[in-house]
Amino acid sequence: MSVTPTSPDSIIPRLKAETLSTLIKKGVRADGRGLEDFRELKIITNYLPKADGSALVKLGDTQVLVGVKLELGSPYPDTPEEGVLVVSAEFVPTASPAFEPGPPDENAIELARVIDRVLREYGVIDVSKLVIVPGRRVWVIWIDIYVLDHGGNLIDASAIATLAALLTTKIPKYTVTENESIQIDKSSHAGSLPVVRKALTVTVGKLSDSLIVDPTIEEEKVVTAKLVVGVGEDGAIAGLQKSGDGYLTLQEVEKAIELALRKGSELLSKVTEFLKTLEAASTESAEVSSVEEGGSSRNSSNA
Amino acid sequence: MRGEKPRLVSEDGIRHDGRRLDELRTIKMEVSILSNASGSAYVEFGKTRVIAAVYGPREPPQRYMVLPHRAVLRCRYHMAPFSTDERKNPAPSRREIEISKVIREALEPVVVSEAFPRTSIDIFIEVISADGGTRTAALNAASLALADAGIPMRDLVAAVAVGKVNGYLVLDIDQVEDSYGEADMPVAMAPSLNMVTLLQLNGVLTPQEFSQALSMAFRGINEIYRLQKETLRNKYLVKVE
Repeated sequence: MSVTPTSPDSIIPRLKAETLSTLIKKGVRADGRGLEDFRELKIITNYLPKADGSALVKLGDTQVLVGVKLELGSPYPDTPEEGVLVVSAEFVPTASPAFEPGPPDENAIELARVIDRVLREYGVIDVSKLVIVPGRRVWVIWIDIYVLDHGGNLIDASAIATLAALLTTKIPKYTVTENESIQIDKSSHAGSLPVVRKALTVTVGKLSDSLIVDPTIEEEKVVTAKLVVGVGEDGAIAGLQKSGDGYLTLQEVEKAIELALRKGSELLSKVTEFLKTLEAASTESAEVSSVEEGGSSRNSSNA
Repeated sequence: MRGEKPRLVSEDGIRHDGRRLDELRTIKMEVSILSNASGSAYVEFGKTRVIAAVYGPREPPQRYMVLPHRAVLRCRYHMAPFSTDERKNPAPSRREIEISKVIREALEPVVVSEAFPRTSIDIFIEVISADGGTRTAALNAASLALADAGIPMRDLVAAVAVGKVNGYLVLDIDQVEDSYGEADMPVAMAPSLNMVTLLQLNGVLTPQEFSQALSMAFRGINEIYRLQKETLRNKYLVKVE
């Protein structure tokens, strides 16, 4: 059951709310950004030694960690020649005083399902390349989104972290024996995950007549509705989700999508560019272990 | 995407069930179908059938679950085990949890919740037959049930899904069109107030396709809105001799 939020987290001092609203209506933000500016973005890939792919994304005060694990599994009966994609999100209690331990709540479920839809429908991963024994054994891609620190705009930060983690995911080496038993050697890999098209999300917040991108946690309290827009690398709309208790007019919907597509393509080139330089750096220095890579700050960059 | 794609729209724009591209399914609506609820409604879009009940404003079971300045809305979208081709486990799925949320958020802008502080308005939706477009049918029913309960509202909410099937945009997609189609876009609006209160897209559309899909949804919504008002008028308007 979904209930109107009643937790103390959804309350900020009225004076602060009024200040934030007044500023936005004037076209500026409390942290000095323009209405269409993202906060500083940092990406650290290969952050985790035990995951097959991982990324830590810092978007302002928001921190999201995504780990990708590959496991052997059975395909779905209706898609015997395709690998399986599973996206889950955890709002861990480290992230906010409002997050309680327990099964994912409706916000975590919504976040995971929105990102799942964008990846799946846009065809970010070529799942036909994840088949080991057709109809019987395929790779299952487990994408686990861990929200570590809630500073607002969790969906966009999670989408960036997911894309970065997928782009660095390696498929473990495996051998199929005669009786179809499969041996996996996680110490070496058989190539990269087939990420064939890139997509992420841009969330547009509405406050009276103004539209903003990348709201902070406090701005999210004064924003009445959000529109999450999936943005594909070819400029297509790769998914939509209106979220929040408010509404948008038809005209605002069109404006929000135009804004999201514009910001999304900027963001996509930034992320792609950053990951490219990272890749180049890692091939130059030959044998850099993933642990070192993740731990060092030289891999973080202001994208 | 899901194996062989059957041809669902003919060359001359006729759909697998004989409908035109911009044609709604056969719609039935009824209010006050339950005796215990404060308000209730039954809505049918072809083989999709939905019941909605509203209880309240009332004191919620957990008394901490209130707000001092308004009523809280509690909303559950649930599918009956016999509503689908294969029996659905009655435990709430992740899908149902998400849909309960987007339905509640689609109704929040129209319910005058400030009129009932410290109370709860409960909306329970049961899908008894699912053939595509259940969340939009659910919203149409919930909106009628709220009105039937006499809860003050700024407007009714009317909803419909537009899909993309074999490259064509189609209004009010059913289950077959959703399973084999390229996109599914549910839209809900408070039409008189120009409020879009629900918007989702599962699939990929170009910006041009999106604009066309939104206009198509808008026209469908206005037709559904007219039927909702007619349903309420038939029930509540007393003819003065």
